[in-house]
Amino acid sequence: MSKIPLQFRHNGRDVAIFVDGGTNLLVALRELIGDMTPKFGCGQGGCGTCSVLIDGELHLSCLTLAETVGGRSVETLDGMKQGPNLHPLQRAFADHFAAQCGYCTPGMLMAAKALLDRNPSPNRDEVIEAISGNICRCTGYEPIINAILAVAGGRASA
Amino acid sequence: MGVTVKTFTSASEAAGALSTDRSARYLCGGTLVMRALNEGDVSISTVVRAQDQALTRIDASGPRITLGAGVTFARVLAERDLAFLHAPARSIGGPAVRNMGTVGGNLFAPTPYGDFTVALLALDATVAVQGGFGSRDIPIEEFLQARDRQAGTLVLSVSCTRPASTEAFRYRKIARIKPKGGSVITLAAHLPISGGRIAGARIALGSMAPTQIRARAAERALEGRSLDAATIAAAASAATEGTSPSDNALGSAWYRREIVGVHLRRLLSGQE
Repeated sequence: MSKIPLQFRHNGRDVAIFVDGGTNLLVALRELIGDMTPKFGCGQGGCGTCSVLIDGELHLSCLTLAETVGGRSVETLDGMKQGPNLHPLQRAFADHFAAQCGYCTPGMLMAAKALLDRNPSPNRDEVIEAISGNICRCTGYEPIINAILAVAGGRASA
Repeated sequence: MGVTVKTFTSASEAAGALSTDRSARYLCGGTLVMRALNEGDVSISTVVRAQDQALTRIDASGPRITLGAGVTFARVLAERDLAFLHAPARSIGGPAVRNMGTVGGNLFAPTPYGDFTVALLALDATVAVQGGFGSRDIPIEEFLQARDRQAGTLVLSVSCTRPASTEAFRYRKIARIKPKGGSVITLAAHLPISGGRIAGARIALGSMAPTQIRARAAERALEGRSLDAATIAAAASAATEGTSPSDNALGSAWYRREIVGVHLRRLLSGQE
């Protein structure tokens, strides 16, 4: 089966790869581009740890056919840090103990970024709704919600 | 991976490709087809797509609304004129799934999914499909009954008449996990009122049979009556008639039969 050429923007940089028919975006990112930040959890759209932003919109990379992102912009957790500094959301996750095993963290951070990009000062219910597609089996969610609210509050008062 | 992806510019070309290849599946949002591919479903050897703007069109200005099959739930939620469909759209997935999942795909979503279709069934929607020999409109109930045999056709759009008031259309999804989770049962009721009496009641249930079904006995109990306590009790006690729920991880068939009347009573009496 012939390979399909695919070009898109990955964290602000143009990338060009060849994919097999039916390859999902998560496999393309991890195995062909080497961006290991989106994780494979369930492959069913149930866990959210593969979440990425496509043209700024939260999507599940495991359920995205890779070739559908041709010409579009894909953001992953790898693009979140700002130079040597952590993104405020990453800093808040560390400060509020919002990561234990860390497996859900990439998806949680992307879901939180999708929320704050659209709504810089969400309330608690909006935060809960925004991460409702992301499963965490360690923290009980409260530290994650508090971390996101801390960033939102910090921005609101800044 | 041995999958061939065929992308077409028009829906009719895509429909043609689907109708001639039994192992082809149409890919829209990806929440069903990509999941099947990830699970190693070898029955799919061709994935068909169409980049046809007609498939993502929303016409919500008049009394009858039409949603292209490729309209996502996020877009339904962003449309003020579609407020009556916001509760079913919001009850699906998390934000990522709502950015991806589509109205047309939901028609094929197996239990415990397919909640939006429950709402469309109560609203007596019409499904526009295109096969190898042109397009036609099918009542949603008929479409669902023959769902397993729809493989060779492409859904173009769904349309329904806007309910007369917010009271006339009600929706309720019972899930164990909030705000997101698969359906234990899902209920929708369309109760047009004419001269103080219900005329044309439609009750639709999800997760109470292999596909979304109408609760015809409950509809009969409501028809021509005013929505009082006695009528509601009669409809609630008739809710299980004709249902055939199954056991799954979210609930047993027995549990579903026990609670469907309770939740229908709450839905009809306007309780939270």
